[in-house]
Amino acid sequence: MFSPTLWRTRTLSGLLPEMLQLQREMNRLFSAVGQKAPQDYPAINIWEKDRNAIVTAELPGIDPDKLDISVTGDVLTIAATLADTPLTEGEVYLRQERATGSFKRSIQLPYQINAQAVEAKYEKGVLVITLPRAEEDQPKKIKIK
Amino acid sequence: MIDKDLQKTENIAATERIRNVKTFVPRVDIYENKDALFLIADMPGVDEKSVDIELEKNLLTITGRVENGRIADATMMYAEYEIGDYERVFTLSDEIDRDKIVATVKNGVLRLELPKMEKVKPKKITISAA
Repeated sequence: MFSPTLWRTRTLSGLLPEMLQLQREMNRLFSAVGQKAPQDYPAINIWEKDRNAIVTAELPGIDPDKLDISVTGDVLTIAATLADTPLTEGEVYLRQERATGSFKRSIQLPYQINAQAVEAKYEKGVLVITLPRAEEDQPKKIKIK
Repeated sequence: MIDKDLQKTENIAATERIRNVKTFVPRVDIYENKDALFLIADMPGVDEKSVDIELEKNLLTITGRVENGRIADATMMYAEYEIGDYERVFTLSDEIDRDKIVATVKNGVLRLELPKMEKVKPKKITISAA
């Protein structure tokens, strides 16, 4: 005869996929709670290097000339119109998932930006903007008398 | 546009990959005319050297390798997007002329031209007056 332990293992193993499924569902349900509010476009990452901020954004297929980057005080603004491929006569879309339209996003940094020294690089569809701190906003070392 | 739709979608792969990086599904536009099918895929961070297009039987696989997006000597302060490879598979019909597929990559956008076979192109039949 089967021992009770063996019998119990058998029923459990049959239930296991269902339990895992339930766990997954619960996780999905609750993980959505803590999620951030809908993000702006484009999504950005911010890095710090030598007390300067570097902002990166993924912006595939944009004409760099049409990319509008401006800096006022401590706010960086990125604006552009996404390249649209207008269809010519006889062409028809089967699938359209890529973003279209235009966007504008402003990012406030914790310091005044030296607008003259801002550098922007657009490579492989990734925008990298280096934002040096303004001279007058640099931390000052205070000597103790 | 729904904001959520603008973010990258992570790939849920059935098989595990050797490289321990996330993979994302590139967003694509596909359109066609009577001569060809065009596929445009957004793959920021990819250039012509790191994109791979493979056609095996009917499966067209697009993969893009992205070097880790770390900036040397910099610390990440804030992140809204993740960096990873791209992968997406499409099933092609037999009507594509496999030898004439053209691919270009510019500014992180892959453009594929998939010409249709001569025999499947629609032909106009002129009706002559009886």
